[in-house]
Amino acid sequence: MSQRPKTPRTHPRASSIFDAYALSEIRRAAATGVYDIRGGGAKRPMPHFDDLLFLGASMSRYPLEGYREACNTAVTLGDRFAQKPIELKIPITIAGMSFGSLSGQAKEALGRGASTMGTSTTTGDGGMTPEERGHSTQLVYQYLPSRYGMNPDDLRKADAIEVVVGQGAKPGGGGMLLGQKINERVAEMRTLPEGVDQRSACRHPDWTGPDDLEIKIHELREITGWQVPIYCKIGASRPYFDTALSIKAGADVVVLDGMQGGTAATQEVFIEHVGIPTLAAIRPAVQALIDADMHRKVQLIVSGGIRNGADVAKCLALGADAVSIGTAALVALGDNDPRWEEDYQALGSTAGCYDDWHEGMDPAGITTQEPELAQRLDPVAAGRRLANLLAVMTLECQTIARANGKSDVRNLEPEDLVALTVEAAAMARVPLAGTDWVPGQGTF
Amino acid sequence: MIEIDLSQNALREANQRLQAVAADDNARRFLLRNPRGAHAVAAGLKAPIEVTIEGHVGFYCAGMNQEADVILRGHAGVGLAENMMSGTVRVTGNASESAGATGHGGLLVIEGDTSSRCGISMKGIDIVVGGSVGHMSAFMGQAGALAVLGDAGPSLGDSLYEARLYVRGRVESLGADCKEKEMTAHHLDKLGRLLERAKVSANPRDFRRYGSARNLYNFKIDNLGTY
Repeated sequence: MSQRPKTPRTHPRASSIFDAYALSEIRRAAATGVYDIRGGGAKRPMPHFDDLLFLGASMSRYPLEGYREACNTAVTLGDRFAQKPIELKIPITIAGMSFGSLSGQAKEALGRGASTMGTSTTTGDGGMTPEERGHSTQLVYQYLPSRYGMNPDDLRKADAIEVVVGQGAKPGGGGMLLGQKINERVAEMRTLPEGVDQRSACRHPDWTGPDDLEIKIHELREITGWQVPIYCKIGASRPYFDTALSIKAGADVVVLDGMQGGTAATQEVFIEHVGIPTLAAIRPAVQALIDADMHRKVQLIVSGGIRNGADVAKCLALGADAVSIGTAALVALGDNDPRWEEDYQALGSTAGCYDDWHEGMDPAGITTQEPELAQRLDPVAAGRRLANLLAVMTLECQTIARANGKSDVRNLEPEDLVALTVEAAAMARVPLAGTDWVPGQGTF
Repeated sequence: MIEIDLSQNALREANQRLQAVAADDNARRFLLRNPRGAHAVAAGLKAPIEVTIEGHVGFYCAGMNQEADVILRGHAGVGLAENMMSGTVRVTGNASESAGATGHGGLLVIEGDTSSRCGISMKGIDIVVGGSVGHMSAFMGQAGALAVLGDAGPSLGDSLYEARLYVRGRVESLGADCKEKEMTAHHLDKLGRLLERAKVSANPRDFRRYGSARNLYNFKIDNLGTY
């Protein structure tokens, strides 16, 4: 019997456009008819701080001695109008995350870790709990469109007020806390029936636009006796104009959140397709501060995808006064820890990828209101881990600052940086490494 | 009665004076003259005092009020008594947008008309409007009651939670998930008590009641066209 010659076959080739994730999402959408909701920030590849390098000292720059010569990390926030500005020992704060989206234990752990390191934590949608006030030496109270749990007594207990205009994960979007997490206590704090989906408004109910915001900030100052700083948090979309308008409205501090910044829950399509990367947002915001002669007078806090001391140093070098961490803080507490791999697998995920925070089934006991799960998190030990992370990030930032000859981490400057890619060079407005070329020069 | 002339005294000084009244102070009645459209007049009060304001005010008059009884003899700008917790606020004239927004408690009485989004995201406040209310009033209202003696503009009670709405006049349209409900004896009694507290003369039987259909409380794909 004659055999037909075998035709060489090409290797099965997966589409780079219809990749495994895209295919799975199409199948999921086709099966359910509902968009995908998840927590966290943008996961797509995008220009980030890894695309920047510090130059370090050389013949023309003198380094400082590590471990011996001082390198200041303290920062004062909100001394434009407030009688009691925030004094931080480190330039790393904890971003706003609500009780409701997080367990009480997780909020306590955040407070413990931040307070140990002399920095601030921030409430979220849903109001202030006694636990987080009690465990946070410096607590920033978020003033959100929903005004869930908002009351003047808590407002006066806050060390600063953060008027939330937008969030990096969903600029233009409101909050979302699905019914699974609206238990009795959360419902009571938010004046909602237990178990309903809580959809926070995307716009404030009693002001629209920067002129109104100026009046709103004035009212908040009148109610709190002009004592505490008022921050304005914006999602990174039009950072030059939003920063300029925040300054005009009278903010003491601008918080700028890039699209890598996390959220408790929103549509996947929103997280991945609305907003701009943190790296692209900082220089326009700083330029707005400079143009208004307000750089270092109105402080800039940057958040969204900050993981380590190098990221902190790069933010500061680009002109920020401090940073906020959210996702990194949760990971330090124990989020997505491989020790819970079996449980993640049971939920159809794996450690490192779990983001269905809205379902309230978090094996790590952080993004849940289930008592059995929440008890998995020891707030004292978790707080210690967060303090350790903050200490490491600060030391790393100092190491880089000293290597660039800076006695204060905020003395880092764009001149200390180069970029590895054309895109990062254009966004950060620093030269491509080995060249003096800064692409994309022009107006914002 | 202690008089404070806002043409002679800074707003900060006036608010500070009002906010500083202690529980055992004898001085509990104040008269503010010449507000001249100032914003945040009598904001952040926190004691059972009586404050009368003679003239028109800007945004956020009596904002976040606690326990105080505020009487405004004039018209009010945006956000009158926003986020009020307790006490009463009465306006003899009209009020602009977002009156009583996000209020958690207390009683707001507007003797004239009020603009759009009256009682937006209300969380327990009771509001009585002698005239008419604008569009999207009681949007996302969570708790409390809104009684309107006049008419209601478009999309009344859009995305309503558990706030109760009563309208004596015409409702131009109801918002998503808001529907007319039966006016039971229980509701007649509650509305009667509310009107009595507000010192408003009206027969509860002349009102119609509206509330949440509760179809949008949890996301269902079948409701997609409603959103």
